[in-house]
Amino acid sequence: MTVNGATPVGATTPEEAAFAQEVQRGEPILEVRDLRKHFPLTKGILFKKQVGAVKAVDGVSFDLMQGETLGIVGESGCGKSTLAKVLMNLEPATTGSVKYKGEEISRLSGAGLKAVRRNIQMVFQDPYTSLNPRMTVGDIIGEPFEIHPEVAPKGDRRKAVQDLLDVVGLNPEYINRYPHQFSGGQRQRIGIARGLALKPEIIICDEPVSALDVSVQAQVINLLESLQGEFNLSYMFIAHDLSIVRHISDRVGVMYLGRIVEIGTDLEIYDHATHPYTQALLSAVPVPDPTARESRDRIVLTGDVPSPANPPSGCRFRTRCWKAQEKCEREDPALTVRAWLEGRARHDSACHFAGERENV
Amino acid sequence: MSTVADQGRPAREEPYTGPLLDVRNLHVEFRTRDGVVRAVNGVNYSVSAGETLAVLGESGSGKSVTAQAVMGILDMPPAAIPEGELLFRGRDMLKMSKEERRKIRGQKIAMIFQDALSSLNPVLPVGFQLGEMYRAHRGSNRKDAKAKAVELMDRVRIPAAKERVGDYPHQFSGGMRQRIMIAMALALEPDLIIADEPTTALDVTVQAQVMDLLAELQAEYHMGLILITHDLGVVADVADKIAVMYAGRIVETAPVHELYARPAHPYTRGLLDSIPRLDQKGQELYAIKGLPPNLLRIPAGCAFNPRCPRAQEICRQKVPPLAEVTEDDGTPLAGRGSACFFWKETLHDG
Repeated sequence: MTVNGATPVGATTPEEAAFAQEVQRGEPILEVRDLRKHFPLTKGILFKKQVGAVKAVDGVSFDLMQGETLGIVGESGCGKSTLAKVLMNLEPATTGSVKYKGEEISRLSGAGLKAVRRNIQMVFQDPYTSLNPRMTVGDIIGEPFEIHPEVAPKGDRRKAVQDLLDVVGLNPEYINRYPHQFSGGQRQRIGIARGLALKPEIIICDEPVSALDVSVQAQVINLLESLQGEFNLSYMFIAHDLSIVRHISDRVGVMYLGRIVEIGTDLEIYDHATHPYTQALLSAVPVPDPTARESRDRIVLTGDVPSPANPPSGCRFRTRCWKAQEKCEREDPALTVRAWLEGRARHDSACHFAGERENV
Repeated sequence: MSTVADQGRPAREEPYTGPLLDVRNLHVEFRTRDGVVRAVNGVNYSVSAGETLAVLGESGSGKSVTAQAVMGILDMPPAAIPEGELLFRGRDMLKMSKEERRKIRGQKIAMIFQDALSSLNPVLPVGFQLGEMYRAHRGSNRKDAKAKAVELMDRVRIPAAKERVGDYPHQFSGGMRQRIMIAMALALEPDLIIADEPTTALDVTVQAQVMDLLAELQAEYHMGLILITHDLGVVADVADKIAVMYAGRIVETAPVHELYARPAHPYTRGLLDSIPRLDQKGQELYAIKGLPPNLLRIPAGCAFNPRCPRAQEICRQKVPPLAEVTEDDGTPLAGRGSACFFWKETLHDG
């Protein structure tokens, strides 16, 4: 690969410049523009014909800066895991562009893809199913070296694996053990070590702690944070636990039905949310403080998330939204800064009537 | 809970004034090929009508096994209950005949399971499964049972209940399935509901709907509720009192406000401290060191001692009893107990 700090695309408007300054995280390392992933729905056995599509990811754009953590939150079915898979090129994108350091990667294959993949690694949700039970820990963590031998020559691999075990806080002598000999938290450390093996620049963490016990979650979060500092990693941190996302993220994007509905710094999203869905999501999170029980005003949404195969016209959230008006049915709101917003509320929000909640 | 009022003889007839359910010194073990797994080691708790007890614990703490023992749905063997009493309205359910227990299960004590999809029969319509409660326990005919099923679905606010009564579980969303589970538990108007992680599989916005519904119905029917969970947020929202479990024992009991304000056990303290707080942004989170114990080899003395920042020699030798927690001047704190030799110190250090 012959990539060096390429020119960022589209960061020209004053808003974007100011935004980039606030984030202070250098160049975008990953630029995603209007990314879509549609899964076809077919009918028939011999003569398959497409009768529709599940629009799992339907027009997602964002930048991931060097060294930053971008949190992605949303409910199940909103497309956050599909987004991760498309970014990893595990699923080909239907349309849209993904640029890694300025180089388009969504259409790559063969050697080019292999080279890019080295730099984007993934940590999976379930440490029980994402590790092969028949392989030793040494083989699991060392397997990336088989594919990318240039990272660690054959003779050095054992040493490299032991170093990785040490980095993630496991005893290097455990190299010959099998996954079942470890607890959930330890397995997730193994998964993280495997993700680190090729010295990537971006790690996509898909719900890395949600399968873990509360007392172990904090350990893994701390590990991820210290590794970020040590190796200058950029994280895309996908989770549904909003308090953990807030803790670890520099910026947060909120997804609903295949779209990002609001994106901004953690302060902007958590304290100055302007999209009704974000507000409802935040208000629904149970607060671990019984004294807040009486004082909280919770927005309880009615109904369920509509099917991504047949999303509502216009704004996708309008079927559950208390602000919805006729305009929402007609026009699809763009993800942009609305002119009337001020202060920290001035961030991208896909709502015609974006505004902070009163009396919060 | 050592403060449970002793009611000498079991009062069979109304009015019964003691707690609905009183679990006393319950032990459950599983006899496996690798040895005896002591899942529950002397648990005491009680619930009264209209009260919500939250049982808080991590996986393997014995919280679900205790509930299954109360329900009488443990597979025995491999499970065995070598010791303990399960008093329901003052009568020990462990001494009852199978028939007597069957009358309590479902009619008096009902359970809501975590995973609604695997708890419902996929090949039967939900209306049929709801109606089964009436056919099996009340001898209703099919038509009446179906009418009752529609009524129940209305109660748990499933839209267009009449049209959907013949739908199969896969045709409902996760939140709706969980409502059907709740409807099923409510069907025979039980005195006590045990909800085992009822919202863990749900998204936060749906979780809020389901918890609100459960709390509302509980108040309406004046039921006792045992909420089994690992989520400190849900507990703070709905519980009246809390029992924290670790390695098959209750390590702390307290009314909800007190537990969050002043925990008296280092494990509870650690759990509360490991929640990310706003002012800790960018700092390292507090983490309880080490791992939950293997139930085949529970550490000697206090099971938490290898992970405890306060552990002393005594913690490795003796199992701390669940002691009453008092203020400095000896004023007892109602409903509070801690199984730590150093509860006083823990209570003080904020």
